[in-house]
Amino acid sequence: MALLQLSEPGQSAAPHQHRLAAGIDLGTTNSLVASVRSGTAETLPDEQGRHMLPSVVRYTEAGVVVGHAAKRAAADDPLNTISSIKRLMGRGVADLSLLGSRLPYQFLTGEHAVPRIHTRVGDVSPVEVSAEILRTLARRAEQTLGGDLEGVVITVPAYFDEAQRQATKDAATLAGLKVLRLLNEPTAAAVAYGLDTGSDGLHAIYDLGGGTFDISILRLNRGVFEVLSTGGDSALGGDDLDRAVARWIMEQAGIAEDADQGLQRRLMRDACAAKEALSEAESVALDVELGEGRRWRGELALETFESLIEPLVRKTLAPCRRALRDAGVRADEVRDVVMVGGSTRVPLVRRLVGEFFVTQPLVSIDPDRVVAVGAALQADILAGNKPDEEMLLLDVNPLSLGIETMGGLVEKIIPRNTTIPVARAQEFTTFKDGQSAMAIHVLQGERELVSDCRSLARFELRGFPAMVAGAARIRVTFSVDADGLLNVEALEETTGVKAGVEVKPSYGLTDGEIADMLKESAAHAQDDLEARRLREEQVEAQRVIESLRAALAADSDQLLSADEREGVEAELEKLIEIAAAGNHVAIRRAIEALEKHCEFYVERRMNASVRKAMSGHQLSEFE
Amino acid sequence: MAITLTEDAANRVRTFIENRGSGVGIRLGVKTSGCSGMAYVLEFADEVGEDDTVFEDRGVKMLIDAKSLVYLDGTEVDYGKEGLNEGFKFNNPNAQASCGCGESFTV
Repeated sequence: MALLQLSEPGQSAAPHQHRLAAGIDLGTTNSLVASVRSGTAETLPDEQGRHMLPSVVRYTEAGVVVGHAAKRAAADDPLNTISSIKRLMGRGVADLSLLGSRLPYQFLTGEHAVPRIHTRVGDVSPVEVSAEILRTLARRAEQTLGGDLEGVVITVPAYFDEAQRQATKDAATLAGLKVLRLLNEPTAAAVAYGLDTGSDGLHAIYDLGGGTFDISILRLNRGVFEVLSTGGDSALGGDDLDRAVARWIMEQAGIAEDADQGLQRRLMRDACAAKEALSEAESVALDVELGEGRRWRGELALETFESLIEPLVRKTLAPCRRALRDAGVRADEVRDVVMVGGSTRVPLVRRLVGEFFVTQPLVSIDPDRVVAVGAALQADILAGNKPDEEMLLLDVNPLSLGIETMGGLVEKIIPRNTTIPVARAQEFTTFKDGQSAMAIHVLQGERELVSDCRSLARFELRGFPAMVAGAARIRVTFSVDADGLLNVEALEETTGVKAGVEVKPSYGLTDGEIADMLKESAAHAQDDLEARRLREEQVEAQRVIESLRAALAADSDQLLSADEREGVEAELEKLIEIAAAGNHVAIRRAIEALEKHCEFYVERRMNASVRKAMSGHQLSEFE
Repeated sequence: MAITLTEDAANRVRTFIENRGSGVGIRLGVKTSGCSGMAYVLEFADEVGEDDTVFEDRGVKMLIDAKSLVYLDGTEVDYGKEGLNEGFKFNNPNAQASCGCGESFTV
């Protein structure tokens, strides 16, 4: 009889209606497939019990070979054996020069926009090569789960752009798979640890793979992960740790730098084994075959090993620091650090990362499999195997969402076609000196002017202290949840004052209306551009006028003669007049003319304020 | 009669419940659907229902509603592998025939 799996209460499927789903970690070096069975997400092994599938595809006359067998043949048949294809996904021919030097394949350029690789059975594109890997993994999943897959979740790096994501989707379609969702790799790792069901906060995902290092800072906001920043080093990974150990063995054993390829490969293999052993032991015995019957025996102590790799591990902390800075957060604000990639098993890596983020890193899930496990959990939910309340909707927002800025312009915060749930934030500031409140006008649509978009909501952020224009930092966060509900929050960051509103953006809009709004936007693209330029210059003119008036009121009596003042005021009037008319080029010129005319005044003001700041002080205080 | 399970099946159930983090046991049952009449139900159980009979074997609680018990009495739950696939099996003495795939059965 058929083999049964445990379902959630009330979720037992009728016969032949199981919604089988899998998560796929499509990696540069290795790929994995995982699925949820009886409530547990696990990676699925092949017939030999191997979980990882090398992301290597070999084209032969007899057919396509994927995985271990292809990898073994790589040295003998390099032109027909393709590895690291992920680096080429979604790249154009023009991008090849950036990557090509490291790839040994014969590229065809010609009239194609997408690079094609010449093999003995014909030319293949990166999408086709990736599809072979996906097909192999999907077949394994179907054999293991005993049925066809309803859909898959495929993970991609957080830094993948639209083209790279689309190429990944195309590869899945070509492999006959339905993509339930593309999931960011760091998000998948966080999901595997159930961080998505925890309370809101910051998480870091530290991913030290074989050849690359990635760090991502995520913010969990109402159950949605927002990628705040990413960073890394595309030429630093576990292989570099092995190389450091191999170099040490060469020194100890007196092996020349130019040792033959075979010996070098053996050294790398022994070094890797030693590294792995030292995750649990205090020291490891080494026995290296030097060739011609000679051997070298020695011992590598944990302490020596750590001194060899410490500089490399420390090198990963610089991108971490940068990622934190880009995200605008401090290391101690990060609640959890998820470890991904085999090299994070090295105790020193865990220790240094733990010290850096001042927290114990999460390591309980196999770091090689954690991304696939997270993808499987997501796939299970999306395929509909969970009770309704945990159901996530896969959708996109049909029209851009944004807020009104000075001059009646719309600043888009979530562009149309963004998959939801999503959260995006942007910082705004005050326009006038002493401003202590800000009106937030939430809009929907593709047009540039507020008057042409749909108004969704208005609210005010009040009660932050009066500051000079531009000093307040107001972070406006848009989050659209799985049900399409928009939540807008404004937070003045220096004081913590906040306000918010919730709306359902697509409320009352039919598909036809949405289509009309899009059509209109295309039809008016040129007008909108002109209108935006004009408004932007008018806003800029207004800003210059305001600040000049403020300056004249403050100190023109002391700094300007009556004549000079008259001259400045005349230029100011000229700008006011031109700004009211509708020519953005003329306004720009008038602003420039006014600024030029006022240079002497600005200089005097500067000197005056420096004098004021320094008077009564000793010169030595400023040194 | 009673419902029993093999050591393999008991170990699996305990692991799955542990991974899930909650649950009093598993629910066994039948429902009328499928190409051959009846289909098995196998689910995690969070609470014991009013008309449930509870069998305990090898430390695993198995809940069965009164209607299903008629069809399942004497069943042994096993865990096995078929190629890459693995899962639970019902060795049900009441089943007279099952459809080709074995997901449903008749009594």
